[in-house]
Amino acid sequence: MKAFTLQKTALTGNYAVAYAVKMAKPHVIAAYPITPQTSIVEKLAEFVEKGELKARFVNVESEFSAMSVVYGAAMAGARVFTATSSHGLLYMYEATWWAALSRAPVVMAVVTRTIGPPWNIHVEHNDILTLRDAGWIIAMAETVQEAFDLTLQAFRIAESAALPMAVGVDGFILSHSTEPVEIPPQEVVDKFLPPRRPDVPMLLRPGEPVAFGNLPSDNKIHAKHKITTVFEAQQEAKKIIIKADEEYGKLVGRRYGGLVEWYRADDAKHVVVCAGAWCSDAKHAVDSLRARGVSVGLMRMRFIRPFPREEITKLDQYSTVVVYDRDITPLGGVLGLEVNAALSHARVVNIVAGIAGVDFDSRRFYETIQNAIEGGYKELEFVV
Amino acid sequence: MSFRLDQLPKKKYVVPGNAACAGCGMMIGLKILGMALGEEAVLSIPASCASVVQGLAPRSGVAMPILNVPFASAAAVATGIAEAYKTLGVRGHAVVWAGDGGTADIGFATLSGAAERNSNILYVMYDNEAYMNTGIQRSSSTPRAAWTTTTPVGKRERKKDVALLMVMHGVPYVATANIAYPQDFYRKLKRAAEIEGFKFIHLHAPCPPGWRYDPAKTAEVARLAVETGMWILWEYDHGQLKLNPPSTIYADKSKRKPLKEYLKLQGRFAHLTDEDVKMLEEEIEDKWQTILALAKALPQRP
Repeated sequence: MKAFTLQKTALTGNYAVAYAVKMAKPHVIAAYPITPQTSIVEKLAEFVEKGELKARFVNVESEFSAMSVVYGAAMAGARVFTATSSHGLLYMYEATWWAALSRAPVVMAVVTRTIGPPWNIHVEHNDILTLRDAGWIIAMAETVQEAFDLTLQAFRIAESAALPMAVGVDGFILSHSTEPVEIPPQEVVDKFLPPRRPDVPMLLRPGEPVAFGNLPSDNKIHAKHKITTVFEAQQEAKKIIIKADEEYGKLVGRRYGGLVEWYRADDAKHVVVCAGAWCSDAKHAVDSLRARGVSVGLMRMRFIRPFPREEITKLDQYSTVVVYDRDITPLGGVLGLEVNAALSHARVVNIVAGIAGVDFDSRRFYETIQNAIEGGYKELEFVV
Repeated sequence: MSFRLDQLPKKKYVVPGNAACAGCGMMIGLKILGMALGEEAVLSIPASCASVVQGLAPRSGVAMPILNVPFASAAAVATGIAEAYKTLGVRGHAVVWAGDGGTADIGFATLSGAAERNSNILYVMYDNEAYMNTGIQRSSSTPRAAWTTTTPVGKRERKKDVALLMVMHGVPYVATANIAYPQDFYRKLKRAAEIEGFKFIHLHAPCPPGWRYDPAKTAEVARLAVETGMWILWEYDHGQLKLNPPSTIYADKSKRKPLKEYLKLQGRFAHLTDEDVKMLEEEIEDKWQTILALAKALPQRP
């Protein structure tokens, strides 16, 4: 039983992220403005100015510098945070790879937004998914509450795994929508989140010579480092994520189920796979289909990286796996491709929808899930 | 501030076995940095010759903590280190050691950003006047008329003056230096380390393979740059700009050695006509007039 009262309030997704960051007490925050991320760092700047958060807030001239500042601070042993969206993430791209291969525990909110041209500020997931090969841990929130919880957990996960972590928050759908949020007391957060160890990934101090990142004497050393960082560290991170979810559940009273969340899937014949805010609409559609006797459930990918292979392999027992992507690549959707590659029996239908912020509500989920199950779709469908 | 050479720290911060070319000017600069700030500096080094001369991991030929960082990022990474140290209560200097390409070209926005927000870093631009690490390609800091592999008939544009651009950012401290004058560079590093905020030192660092001269002549080439007036030693400290010796006497044009003495040692200038030399001399004189005018015009605030 919890021995405290949760503070109940109403926040936008962006403010929820800002409050979570404040409670994590970072040492250094750097950011560059880009819609729809801006109100996160505006709120953080306000916290710092009011003295409510004792962090260094660095206004930079580009997203590339935002990532570089928090990278340098993280390598020097600080707890760090930045936030970005869309083109901002693309502009900082080189530094995101450098951070991951340095094992720098950077935490970043990515308020997901369409990549142009044309300029378009509405939601799409292509931006955050560009991090999928870079060695980052990538989580995606479904609700404002989860955006808060994931942001807080991200500091513990990133610092334990010595990997950077991105928290995806759907642009406008979550970032600018107000929902009820429960905020745990600071002492509970402090219990959940241990202090930053300054020697992770290395101790960078004056008078203590060390060269990080110079040319390797043997390329095999570099190759092993890459395998460890890009693949093995991700496998290790799975345990850290599951443990963080469990302990957060014990302390705060909310658990999500680790890397994925199952919804009415136990006894279902067919299953829907999705990630991000629109999973709430998909769940409504599942409820409506269930009410009409269609045997369907849902698996929500809370984490894109590490890739939840063990959980996704279980999808092979379903007749139809309908994977929704709010992103587009020349081969189809990212999640569709990755889920398909992990399965050998189930029929996979990949629906690429909601691109460029096109509205996709529970009614459209209902229609398209039904169509996919009934065989009305090929293995890859684009829905506008 | 005066000091005696025999009282400089004996500890070597650039150790034998490093991977620098014979006669590397930048490596002389790094030695002086070690003497001045070896126990206090944490270096951010972007892609450059400086990332190679350290030698091969897991070893290093430079006995200072070094974070190797992406090409354009150094001023921002150093800012992050400085901000982290500030909140964590760690004493030390976040130092950038970057080449002219990483500073004047690809890293310029990052540099300008750090200067404008007065980040507490010391940025040293060692200037070998081209992309030497990748095989002598032109940078915006390559002097006019100089041969490089991407300017096979000589560069047509003038050299970008990054140090003056930093002065125009209104930062606390900017200086030029030259590896043939180690006392001057040492003193400037020490002075910079006393100052809170953004510090920039522009270091002239000759490169034997890139400039096409005998590696034994690095100090001579560097000294001639000052003696011919091609390189001016000056210092901008909290609003006041002044010349430093020995450049002070070269304000008088008649005291300067002929520019040709500097040029003739270097194969990169071998193709120059008398007309080219005259044009360069005029540019040098223009630069002197600019510096002297600034020394007079800038507010004389302590």
